[in-house]
Amino acid sequence: MSERTYVDIEAELTDQPINFDEDICLAENVVYIKPQTLIDVPMHYCPGCGHSTAHKILMEVVDEMGIQEEIIGVAPVGCSVFAYHYMNVDMQEAAHGRACAVATGIKRIMPEKYVFTYQGDGDLAAIGTAETVHAANRGENILVVFINNGIYGMTSGQMAPTTLPGMVTTTSPYGRDVKTQGYPLYISNLLANLPGVAYVSRHSVHTPNNVRKAKKSIAKALEYQKQGLGFCMVEIVTNCPSNWKMTPKQSNQFVEEKMIPFYPLGDIKVPEGK
Amino acid sequence: MGDLKLMKGNEALSEAMIRAGCDAYFGYPITPQSEVLEYLAREASARTGMVVLQAESEVAAINMIYGAAGAGRRVMTTSSSPGISLMQEGLSYIASAELPCLLANVVRGGPGLGTIQPSQADYFQSVKGGGHGDYKLIVLAPSSVQEMVDFVKLGFELGEKYRNPVMILTDGAIGQMMEKVVLFEQMPRKTEFPDWATTGKKPGKDRNYITSLHIQSEKMEEINLRLQAKYKEIEKNEIRYQTVNLEDAEYVFTGFGLVARICIKAMEMARAKGYKVGVIRPITVFPFPTQVYADVAPQLKGILDVEMNAGQMVEDVRLSVNGATKVEFYGRMGGMIPSPEEILENFERIYIKGETK
Ligand SMILES: Cc1ncc(C[n+]2csc(CCOP(=O)(O)OP(=O)(O)O)c2C)c(N)n1
Ligand code: SF4
Ligand SMILES: [Mg+2]
Repeated sequence: MSERTYVDIEAELTDQPINFDEDICLAENVVYIKPQTLIDVPMHYCPGCGHSTAHKILMEVVDEMGIQEEIIGVAPVGCSVFAYHYMNVDMQEAAHGRACAVATGIKRIMPEKYVFTYQGDGDLAAIGTAETVHAANRGENILVVFINNGIYGMTSGQMAPTTLPGMVTTTSPYGRDVKTQGYPLYISNLLANLPGVAYVSRHSVHTPNNVRKAKKSIAKALEYQKQGLGFCMVEIVTNCPSNWKMTPKQSNQFVEEKMIPFYPLGDIKVPEGK
Repeated sequence: MGDLKLMKGNEALSEAMIRAGCDAYFGYPITPQSEVLEYLAREASARTGMVVLQAESEVAAINMIYGAAGAGRRVMTTSSSPGISLMQEGLSYIASAELPCLLANVVRGGPGLGTIQPSQADYFQSVKGGGHGDYKLIVLAPSSVQEMVDFVKLGFELGEKYRNPVMILTDGAIGQMMEKVVLFEQMPRKTEFPDWATTGKKPGKDRNYITSLHIQSEKMEEINLRLQAKYKEIEKNEIRYQTVNLEDAEYVFTGFGLVARICIKAMEMARAKGYKVGVIRPITVFPFPTQVYADVAPQLKGILDVEMNAGQMVEDVRLSVNGATKVEFYGRMGGMIPSPEEILENFERIYIKGETK
């Protein structure tokens, strides 16, 4: 059976209205509980933004592994700068691009704890490239959750290292011209070549099925960290409806039709024997 | 009693770091302080289990410091001028997030790549902030190898007391020269960490987060006011200085670090010629010992401020005396060290013969 696309799901949802009065409220019909480690406050993310889903699955994994008290997170500078307002775990807010260095400092003195960074593409693959590459190359035993939305969300839509060729941003108003503005950086593939890197996997969160896969991948990465296998990165190819100037739905379509063909999903590197 | 040893300044500092129970050192090689990383790589982890890591840059090193300091550990980095410039962003974040840590700047001559010879040209950068925003480091200026040892211990204590970054502002000469030192006994590494540290959420308690971001202006102003109040408190409690022969002094030679030693020699030569000269040496350059200058100023005919730069601390000396006496400056730059003879000669030129350049 072929995977349902975002468009299919949208169509199904509109076909079958949910009955809020009856079965959905019954305790025995509970099929989903919000992760306890995600703080119950309204998020500042724009409607439809992938950041919130990525936060949620990361905290679901923390819940399921029962490691809330054993994990320390590092937030980036980018739209997810306030990740520490949502994730109910000890966290540090790093300077722009320096999350992998901060995580190195934390992990080296507490190797028994889980450590993750959560970083955007500008943070991780432009200003912080050196810190990312060297943490990876040292095989720092940390998890990097890499949110690739092809744009600088927080600063209102400038070109990112991952912006697609021809994609319009405020600093590539005629579309990214690779001849003058460089090529999109396949940072995950680049890192996968380094011997210190244990696991690199690329996912998306634009359909429920993809959300599930992304979550599984994060769980795997933390499991590998527990085993001391080295640097793990889970890339999440996602959207920025606001700065892409699209509705959430259009932006998810763009993820599917434009981003994913350019950044194919799946494992890029897995630990030997896994 | 501790051990008596003959040691190079940089090595004495490294040894003191290990003995002070330092948990982690992150650094990047640069002359004239590469011995620190080399010494620690050789000695530290086998003796205390201390983490020693060569970072890919000073930018990375200071952010590793941020991470480990945020986890409540005793952490230190060292560098020399160009490397310290690269750390300024990180230091601003560390000061804002109020993380204790210790760093040493073994200053070399600048600007630019400059020279590997000793200098004091990073005074402004060290005591006036250095990075963006209104913040202060506590800055200690050793003038001997012994103080390279003592100020490591003191630096960690002050940093932890005030939750503030502390800098040992030294120079290539003190880093490289060998002197006799008394080393303090090995201290145990900490096993308990402050309750603000991010060591993993504690059961039944709120999570800890370390941040310097406060989007609401009202909140950010509050943070600034708190920082400024802390700096005032530091100015009240932590001023350290040394004075020599101030009682009958008509003139004062003043300088920090290495230059203070040379000033003392020049003062002795001046006294031998009948000039009543005393010396003031700030040991903390932030907080600056303003009052000692203000108190002695009325009895003076003038102060000669000597530095290995174009005249930086002299501004603080002038502010301290606030016009109550004349403050003149003599300096060497680019890695040159003034001799006692030179200081005396310039003192006589300015104050005895009344010549200006
Ligand atoms: C040293 C420094 N330079 C620039 C900035 C401004 N800045 C903040 S976030 C950001 C880009 C963030 O983009 P990305 O990492 O892709 O995260 P997103 O917002 O897209 O999730 C920039 C350039 C900064 N805060 N610090
Ligand atoms: S600007 Fe973009 S990345 Fe940022 S919250 Fe909005 S949609 Fe998400
Ligand atoms: Mg982005």
